[in-house]
Amino acid sequence: MDTAAAKRFSHPAEKIWSAVFFICGMIAIAFVLFITVFLIISGVPAIGKIGIVDFLFGTTWASTAAEPQYGILPFILTSVYGTFGAILIAVPIGLLCSIYLTKFASGRIAAVIQSAVELLAGIPSVVYGLVGMILIVPWVRETFHLPDGANLFSAIIVLSVMVLPNVISVSETALAAVPKEYEEGSLALGATYTETVFKVSVHAARSGIASAVVLGVGRAIGEAMAVMMVSGNVANMPGLFRSVRFLTTAIASEMSYSSGLQRQALFSIALVLFIFIMIITLLLNFVFKRKKD
Amino acid sequence: MMGENAIHNSAVGQSPDSSIELHISRSRKIRGGIWKGLMIASFVIIMALLTGMIGYIAYRGIPTITWKLLSTSPSVLNDTIGILPNILNTVYIVVITLIFVLPLGIGTAVYLNEYATNHKLVSVIEFAVETLAGIPSIIYGLAGMLIFVQAMKIGTSILAGALTLVVMTLPTIIRTTQESLKTVPNSYREGSLALGSGKWHMIRTVVLPSSIDGIVTGCILAIGRIVGESAALLFTAGMANNIMNFGQAFAPNHAGSTLTVALYMYAKERGEFDVAFAIAAILLILTLVINFAAKAVAKKLKKGTSAD
Amino acid sequence: MGTIIEVKDLHLWYGQKEALKGINLDIQEHEITALIGPSGCGKSTFMKCLNRMNDLVKDCRITGSVKLNGIDIYKDMDVNMLRKNVGMVFQKANPFPMSIYDNVAYGPRVHGIKNKKQLDEIVEKSLRGAALWDECKDRLKTNALGMSGGQQQRLCIARAIAVEPAVLLMDESTSALDPISTAKIEELCLELKKKYTIVMVTHNMQQANRISDTTCFFLLGDLIEHGPTKQIFLNPKNPKTEEYITGRFG
Repeated sequence: MDTAAAKRFSHPAEKIWSAVFFICGMIAIAFVLFITVFLIISGVPAIGKIGIVDFLFGTTWASTAAEPQYGILPFILTSVYGTFGAILIAVPIGLLCSIYLTKFASGRIAAVIQSAVELLAGIPSVVYGLVGMILIVPWVRETFHLPDGANLFSAIIVLSVMVLPNVISVSETALAAVPKEYEEGSLALGATYTETVFKVSVHAARSGIASAVVLGVGRAIGEAMAVMMVSGNVANMPGLFRSVRFLTTAIASEMSYSSGLQRQALFSIALVLFIFIMIITLLLNFVFKRKKD
Repeated sequence: MMGENAIHNSAVGQSPDSSIELHISRSRKIRGGIWKGLMIASFVIIMALLTGMIGYIAYRGIPTITWKLLSTSPSVLNDTIGILPNILNTVYIVVITLIFVLPLGIGTAVYLNEYATNHKLVSVIEFAVETLAGIPSIIYGLAGMLIFVQAMKIGTSILAGALTLVVMTLPTIIRTTQESLKTVPNSYREGSLALGSGKWHMIRTVVLPSSIDGIVTGCILAIGRIVGESAALLFTAGMANNIMNFGQAFAPNHAGSTLTVALYMYAKERGEFDVAFAIAAILLILTLVINFAAKAVAKKLKKGTSAD
Repeated sequence: MGTIIEVKDLHLWYGQKEALKGINLDIQEHEITALIGPSGCGKSTFMKCLNRMNDLVKDCRITGSVKLNGIDIYKDMDVNMLRKNVGMVFQKANPFPMSIYDNVAYGPRVHGIKNKKQLDEIVEKSLRGAALWDECKDRLKTNALGMSGGQQQRLCIARAIAVEPAVLLMDESTSALDPISTAKIEELCLELKKKYTIVMVTHNMQQANRISDTTCFFLLGDLIEHGPTKQIFLNPKNPKTEEYITGRFG
């Protein structure tokens, strides 16, 4: 025992292991840096060649035309509108459901919803895409008498279903963390339980709910495969019933056959998408978390 | 110091005793009812969505799952479709990803929880982990293609796909491991160190064994993400449907598509919806199993800590 | 002065455990009634029967009657309207995480007052009533959680009186405060009783002696003795009351 204690500080194995763990700790940082650097190196040249204004604000994407044009405004707007639409549908439903789940439902019903939400979260996005393709797209086509149902509207519906579990689970955590004292204070003033929940609990959980919304935005803006299967995949300026391309699907749909400037432009799109996501991550980390403290 | 105000006040107020209202107003009742109705409606919508989806996938998919589908490769000559290669590829990718991500993820968590002393560094690492968790899979696919397929010259292959997923699932492993490391009581650590063992010995014999449940949970969640992933694999692991053995899967330039990628190809490119739904049903069953397993382990984890 | 609350043969069970064993008590208008007794004696439980906060507890069963101005609060009125008339200040200050203004305006808004001018008046009046107006009139829009503990508790009093209750329940409302804040709130109570009836639970014998008009001594779910505070403290009839007051147990 004594010898072991004496060895403790000098043992070379200890030093090696401590170095190994340090390297492991650094690896996440390294990955982020690698991804950032590679995206910048690959994405910037095309923006330089096309011109940043023409690239970001050009309304025509015609990468395979004789005189190619690389304007990605249609993709940016589609991603923004699509995300906005999905959030508009998913947040009220998800929020109401998480309020019901945390504040009203009995233990057994709450457990059922919980499992349902986890299952919804676990279903692969291609499965959502498949169901959207077979059920939603024909339904949209028939209901609105369109030649093709694969459009922004279908994509918004599919996206909103995919975002729901994120919104529910994050706002659920926030609502469950509201101190009981707030609710008691409101009840003691004569507010009904429903009034208490909607006026005090939701208010107290607002920063958590806000981060649920932002996380949902992140998920929606980054989704590729499901959207690819239901949005029609044409580089139009967005309209609710037009076939559209998102930032994500613009990358995915041409990557396999692209070359030259076209390929570089795809990397530039990825860079733009990456910047969107970084803004969201920064927002989550520095705006909402700071507020909590 | 407040006397004057209060006296002034009591003169103004009228005695409320005389007119006690006994019931809340109808508009308050109606508003309360509307909110409740909306909540129940949203609950019903979600349950309907889920049961509708599961029901439809089961209805379309399960009848088309045949032994022949599961046990053969697609053949152009016979014009038949089999998904055995995709099943194998999925297993290969899961295994290879875990081989790399487990040591890395657990190592990072151990570093953060047991070794790191610099607060700033810890918060930078945690921010990096958060960033990795937020990056969309299509960007992972692209970065994986740039880094592993092209720069490291591994080529479009199961290995490149798995390496991409290592980066993608790293946050999951780190987080769950960290969670369970935090539940290991400090007295365990002190007890071990007091006996004169080194830090690494203490971690290996005391800390890691008592947080094994968290690590298993992380594994299960990571498997869930890998099985469901498609966008990150499209340009890294490729779309081939050939049967290969594990050795080939570990070698560069052996492309292969997983179940999800196969589903996408069959549905979007080839219009083979029966096969697509069969795969969707299989994926759904896998999701159910994975969720159930994760819950079971988490339950065990809770029991374990409450017993301490 | 008349009786405002009339309690008859009140029994309360938490599951199988009988926490109140037949309480009979009349509470007088515009008085401060102090409920004293060792922990777990039922004084808090009793007070929470007066605004039905015990309804929130699972497996809680109540028999007997509690009347507010002759109206049975368990049978003949909505619990919300009861709580509007019987306000409560908790042990730990619990302002909502909103602005000072919104905290005070919360109750009136819930009870249907929407007019901005009217709300402004109520907020000012209530904050003055809680001796808080001068300290916070310039920062009504700032978050209430930024106030000191004593200020937060007075804000809770302002919030409670904003709905014009007849009775104010105070559940050890000064126990978490420093002596100076406690003195302020005691002084405030003496002012408030001119307009409201106050029922307070306290562990602090000096406090009960200083400010209450009537004192009720609870022990193991029974109301052992009640009467004018002076009499209870100087000349208790029951030997157990004397033992408790002189600090021999509790």
